[in-house]
Amino acid sequence: MGPSGGGKSTLLRVVAGLETPDSGTVEIDGQDLTGIPARQRGIGFCFQHYAPFRHLTVRRNVAFGLEVRRRPKAEIREKVDELLELVRIAHLADRHPSELSGGQRQRMALARALAIEPKVLLLDEPFGALDAQVRQQLRVWLRELHEKISVTTVLVTHDQEEAMEVADRLAIINEGRLEQIGAPAEIYDKPDNEFVMKFLGPATELDGAWVRPHDLVIHNEKGIGGQGAWVERITHLGFEVRVDLKLDDGSSTWVQLSRGAAAELDSVPGDQVWVSRATPSKRQGALTQVVS
Amino acid sequence: MRRSLRGALRPAAKATGPTLIVTYLSLLVLLPIAAILSKSFENGLGSFWTAVTQPEARAALKLTLICSLLVAAFNSVAGLVIAWVLVRDDFPGKRVVSAVIDLPFALPTIVAGLTLLSLYGPNSPFGINVADARIGIVFALAFVTLPFSVRSVQPVLAELDRETEDAAASLGASSSVVLRRVILPSVAPAMLAGAGLAFARAIGEFGSVVLISGNLPFKTEVASSWIYSLSQSDQLSAAAAVSTVLILIALIVLGAIGIVRRRFNVGEAV
Amino acid sequence: MKSRWRLPLRIVALGYLALLVVIPVGSVFYRAFQHGFIAAWDAVTTPDAVHALWLTLLVVLIAVPLNTVFGVGVSLILARHRFRGAWLLDAFVDLPLAISPVVVGLALVLVYGKTGWFGNWLAAHGIEIIFSFPGIVMASATVALPYVVREVLPVLQEIGTDQEQAATTLGASSFTAFRRITLPSIRRSLAYGVTLTTARVLGEFGAVVVVSGAIAGRTQTLTLFIQDSIDNLNPVGAYAGAVILAIIALVVLTVLGADREGRKAKWRSRSDQSPSDSEMPLPSTTSVLMSPMDH
Repeated sequence: MGPSGGGKSTLLRVVAGLETPDSGTVEIDGQDLTGIPARQRGIGFCFQHYAPFRHLTVRRNVAFGLEVRRRPKAEIREKVDELLELVRIAHLADRHPSELSGGQRQRMALARALAIEPKVLLLDEPFGALDAQVRQQLRVWLRELHEKISVTTVLVTHDQEEAMEVADRLAIINEGRLEQIGAPAEIYDKPDNEFVMKFLGPATELDGAWVRPHDLVIHNEKGIGGQGAWVERITHLGFEVRVDLKLDDGSSTWVQLSRGAAAELDSVPGDQVWVSRATPSKRQGALTQVVS
Repeated sequence: MRRSLRGALRPAAKATGPTLIVTYLSLLVLLPIAAILSKSFENGLGSFWTAVTQPEARAALKLTLICSLLVAAFNSVAGLVIAWVLVRDDFPGKRVVSAVIDLPFALPTIVAGLTLLSLYGPNSPFGINVADARIGIVFALAFVTLPFSVRSVQPVLAELDRETEDAAASLGASSSVVLRRVILPSVAPAMLAGAGLAFARAIGEFGSVVLISGNLPFKTEVASSWIYSLSQSDQLSAAAAVSTVLILIALIVLGAIGIVRRRFNVGEAV
Repeated sequence: MKSRWRLPLRIVALGYLALLVVIPVGSVFYRAFQHGFIAAWDAVTTPDAVHALWLTLLVVLIAVPLNTVFGVGVSLILARHRFRGAWLLDAFVDLPLAISPVVVGLALVLVYGKTGWFGNWLAAHGIEIIFSFPGIVMASATVALPYVVREVLPVLQEIGTDQEQAATTLGASSFTAFRRITLPSIRRSLAYGVTLTTARVLGEFGAVVVVSGAIAGRTQTLTLFIQDSIDNLNPVGAYAGAVILAIIALVVLTVLGADREGRKAKWRSRSDQSPSDSEMPLPSTTSVLMSPMDH
């Protein structure tokens, strides 16, 4: 995952063999594939705009890889039927891609890529061309599919929510550099640098350090500690509440509170408060508060 | 076995493709054009100039340019009218009309010349005889350039936003004002492009003109005819010189059209 | 449209078309069969006429496939690769459209003629190009050079390389990808380009006149035969030959018209959910710069 133009698609295509790297190697399953052309790498690739074979039916699309490998017709038919069932477009088998919706086309593309039983499945912004609702549905569906099929899958996206939701392991790429790799929650809580911090979620500054707005706590009394500040503005964003603060030293910051916590605080713009980082236990407290 | 042979051939195939293509292009276009340019100046700049300004050459070029200009201009207007009728009017047989417009496009020019000769030549059933006359040339050129004039304007007319015209009308503009101030400015670039194409086409026209014009030197001889007779009498250098002039004019006009297109964002329909 | 002007405009437009196109072409048919069908048939079955027909056919059978392969090749190169001289390649391929056919013929003579650049070498190897069949083929191929490229290239550019890359990842070799994916997708525009090329080659006159010497029974194509017939006061032969070419032109027109309709329909059906498609390619039925037939 990473910002547009950062090189993630390029990296994926290098893995696929669709681009040649200037240096470095590509290894899949312990095998060095660096000089090997794409067609011999045993990978499956899905494009953002699906790359459907327009002149072929859905069935022929999915069967393509098997036909190229000269598999017997019966075997192809069986396998294709199976895959079409799996991705739930069996009823569209004899249509052409132009008659399918975007989401259906991408599912066809997935079935097509899976038909050749790839060692690795590479997905290049697969849901980027779809609207938000379809994107979300397909996200869930993809995870389910992944559980069923268990093929190592590399997915490229610039959508942070998608990445966090779908990934087992997440790699952040920016300007051709790999910034961090790890489980999503891990990277979110312990970002290696400022870029990752700011990219993965909301971030604000306090005491010269970057911190998550929902990791800050506001107190009405000075006693518990923290920095002095004035409440500038309180915005209700549905479930969350955003409190903009002006610190005594002149800098600004903001805190994200749950509705409950904001109600408890009971502040109005102009109030004097104190803000500090939440201690781990305090954060837990906040979490349980949300859940209950 | 087969697979490995193909595999071995592939690197060679990758190189031979483009090489063959460039060779083909060179043999047919690059070398011949270079030969024309080279032959034009074979005996120096002076003889080039002489060949081009020779009385018969001058007459032929002048006739060609004037006739082509007239035809391009006239067919622009005719093309606009015809395109208008195609786009805005509705009547049975519109498809046939569309085919008729493309007919000069699809017809060999010698046949085009024949058709005009048969109708407006010595045996004309109408008694109109324009053979051996300059007007015959104009007829022939109008025939072959008609599709360019119509098809360059047609898509622009089709895409005109009627709302603009309605807005103008609601503001009190009469239809002639709407025509002058709303419609014409929109189609003008396309008309210009079409006229340019027609012109470039017309200056090189040979087949349709050769029959009806009679090719009388100084009277009805167009530039292409003059080049032809020069080549037949083995004055190849002079023929090449006049050819170079024609090529240059065509390239300039086409280049100008390209600029007009980009400047006014006119698509390529012709 | 303002009802007041509708009828007058219609009359003017249709009248112009009738006078300039319909009646003249109709008269060719009239004159051909003026003295009966038999007379016309006889005129086109003389030895010279038959030879002209065969020669023309042969030229088409060689020049068109050559140009087709060339056209597809150039289109693939220009669509797939970005390199410095790309615009130059494109311009040179289009060049024959800007040049008078007589000049094309002259140019070929200057290279392959007896006093031309290759004149001595060709003579030494006993190869005759000018005033002979190969020259006619070359002249015809040159004037018709751009048509396949003009039709196929935009389609290739619009399709992009995604489909071929997908085919590659699925295990197809570049040849297989070309055969199974690229070729089917350019099928229509290729057919159209080939039709235009054929029509152009059939109708070429100016270039062939210069290059062939127009020797009756030897190097006369059908178009040359027509001109010769007029010169030799054999109008029926000329008109009969013209009818043959006119009929072919009408077939071409049908293809043109069908293609036009096809493009319009495709445009209409494109406004569906396909997210990657943004613009309709403007109808390039007349995307060829100059007439498909000779001039």
